[in-house]
Amino acid sequence: MMKIKTPKKGKIKRALEKRAPKLVETGKKTLILQGTKTSGVLNSVLTEIYHLKKDSAVRYTRKNDNIRPFENGGVTSLEFFSQKTDCSIFVFGSHTKKRPNNLVIGRMYDYHIYDLVEVGVENFKSMESFSYDKKIAPIIGSKPFIVFVGEGFENVEELKHLKEVLLDLLRGEVVENLNLAGIDRAYVCTAVSSNRVFFTHCALRLKKSGTVIPRMELVEVGPSMDLVIRRHSLPNDSLRKEAMKTSIDKPKKKEKNVSKDAIQGKIGKIYVPDQKMGDMNLPNEAKGVKRERREAKLNRDRNGPAAKKQKENSE
Amino acid sequence: METVDLGHLMAFDPTHQFSSLPSSREELVESCLQKGRELVQAVANALFSLPSTEDLDGPIVKLPPPTTKLPREKHLPKPKPPTKWETFAKMKGIKKHKKDKVVWDEQTSAWKRRYGYDRVNDDQDIPIIEAKSTDEPGEDPFAKRRADKRKRVDKQEKNRVQNLKEAAKFGALPSHVQLAATALPITGTQAAPKKVSKNELGDVAGIAATATASGGKFDKKLEGEKKPKHDHKHRKFLPVAEGKGLGSKEKEQTDRVLNKLISKNSHEILNIDKAITMYNVKKEKKRRNQRGDSATSTSSKLKPKKNLQKKSSNKKGPSSSKKAKSKSK
Repeated sequence: MMKIKTPKKGKIKRALEKRAPKLVETGKKTLILQGTKTSGVLNSVLTEIYHLKKDSAVRYTRKNDNIRPFENGGVTSLEFFSQKTDCSIFVFGSHTKKRPNNLVIGRMYDYHIYDLVEVGVENFKSMESFSYDKKIAPIIGSKPFIVFVGEGFENVEELKHLKEVLLDLLRGEVVENLNLAGIDRAYVCTAVSSNRVFFTHCALRLKKSGTVIPRMELVEVGPSMDLVIRRHSLPNDSLRKEAMKTSIDKPKKKEKNVSKDAIQGKIGKIYVPDQKMGDMNLPNEAKGVKRERREAKLNRDRNGPAAKKQKENSE
Repeated sequence: METVDLGHLMAFDPTHQFSSLPSSREELVESCLQKGRELVQAVANALFSLPSTEDLDGPIVKLPPPTTKLPREKHLPKPKPPTKWETFAKMKGIKKHKKDKVVWDEQTSAWKRRYGYDRVNDDQDIPIIEAKSTDEPGEDPFAKRRADKRKRVDKQEKNRVQNLKEAAKFGALPSHVQLAATALPITGTQAAPKKVSKNELGDVAGIAATATASGGKFDKKLEGEKKPKHDHKHRKFLPVAEGKGLGSKEKEQTDRVLNKLISKNSHEILNIDKAITMYNVKKEKKRRNQRGDSATSTSSKLKPKKNLQKKSSNKKGPSSSKKAKSKSK
């Protein structure tokens, strides 16, 4: 017994279609929430992250006492919230004695935890503490420049992971076409030491340089903070492989008889069948015709003359 | 030196190293921004050299695909399995070909939709259906036509559900469709059995437990079975001492019981109707008794007259008869 349930209203149908898995994804939504206890610093960090990503973020302001992203039992409600809000990145703030001003940035795959990075926030400077010309203030939802500086991002595994997560968090909407007049912000992340990253948000000021390419100038608009790496958990290999699949790199068919050579380049082998000298294509063995019809015709041709002969004989 | 990923507008300098960490915070920020500016400039150099098309809002460039791969948000959409018809058509080599949306309708001599409202060969438009030799007598051909159509629609709906179920197995249902599984029917029966909920089962177990003398107190419990909710009697006694609120409850309660009892038996104490009728009957009887005496006298008065006459006649009679007899004698 099966019953088909379909939405009665077009609005609901469209909302469901928006949530459905897509061949090419256009960006992830961010869920910003907190644990049982937060600090003033953490509260403003969370709100400012929300302001930075206002067009594609959901902010939960209630206390959540059963969320512990790094523990096994503490992810159920997080995954539920992710499904409810259709968010696949979350920023979770908590403040404990052991880990003060703690920020967990995690990603989801199919509404399940994919990976996690835990950082502590230090030397936080909020947006309000920066004074600048408000004309250059970045517009909500503009595509940012993202800059990573420091060898730590390549050598230290935690930082390498943090770089990927930060890129995913900050990159904004995935676009194909970009309006050059609309670039107005940049994020700068610098690996100061092996476990510390200086993060800041800048507005871009495009100045004339005499060439086509304008001279870029950074004006710090905040927030800026130090992120101190704490814990992190990477996805397992099978999950990573699953999540990295794109529509383009579907398993290709194995290319036969083609090899590559460093000197000669691409080499293909061609097999030429033996030439059959004795055979010749006859008009009644045409290959374009269906097999049954071809055989029927052949039979007719064979039997036809015989029948005629009989006729002659009878006469 | 630096790697630029134009798809993400990202630049990364893996070689940069702080030779000596700046002592003050300002210096650190300053040096970071300095380095950041260089990298942003590098991205801009690559970005502004891309071929651009002029638009009203500004020059628009087409970004190359990003080189840094990021994980997907959800799995790739799964391919839909072919429907039964599609597999059949493939096997038979049947190919789809486009049909016009409108068709010439000879009944009304107008262009009409192929399907849907106001379609060609609509039921309303056919005034006559010619009789065939195969027609059964006494059958309404119009009703049959409608029933056939209904049957075809139902069949198509069944096929649709079947195909959707198949698609659900592959996780390739359309996003707006949900297949809600109701309970499976027992083979051979029509109606699907109702699913018994956990609480209902618990209730049934509780009722069954009361069959034992102990009310199920010492029964062996199954794994996961809970204790009965109320294994003790809940008796409440109200305070006897009189007072406000709860104190007055006891009196009310006893009053209520007493009133109920009295009201139940009050009709036995005095039923006015019954009493009146009884009184009336008694009175009547009394009167009748009195009247009975007088009536007998009157009747006797009346009767004797008759009797008297009769008696007299009788008296006379015999005498006369005697006389007659005597005369006749």
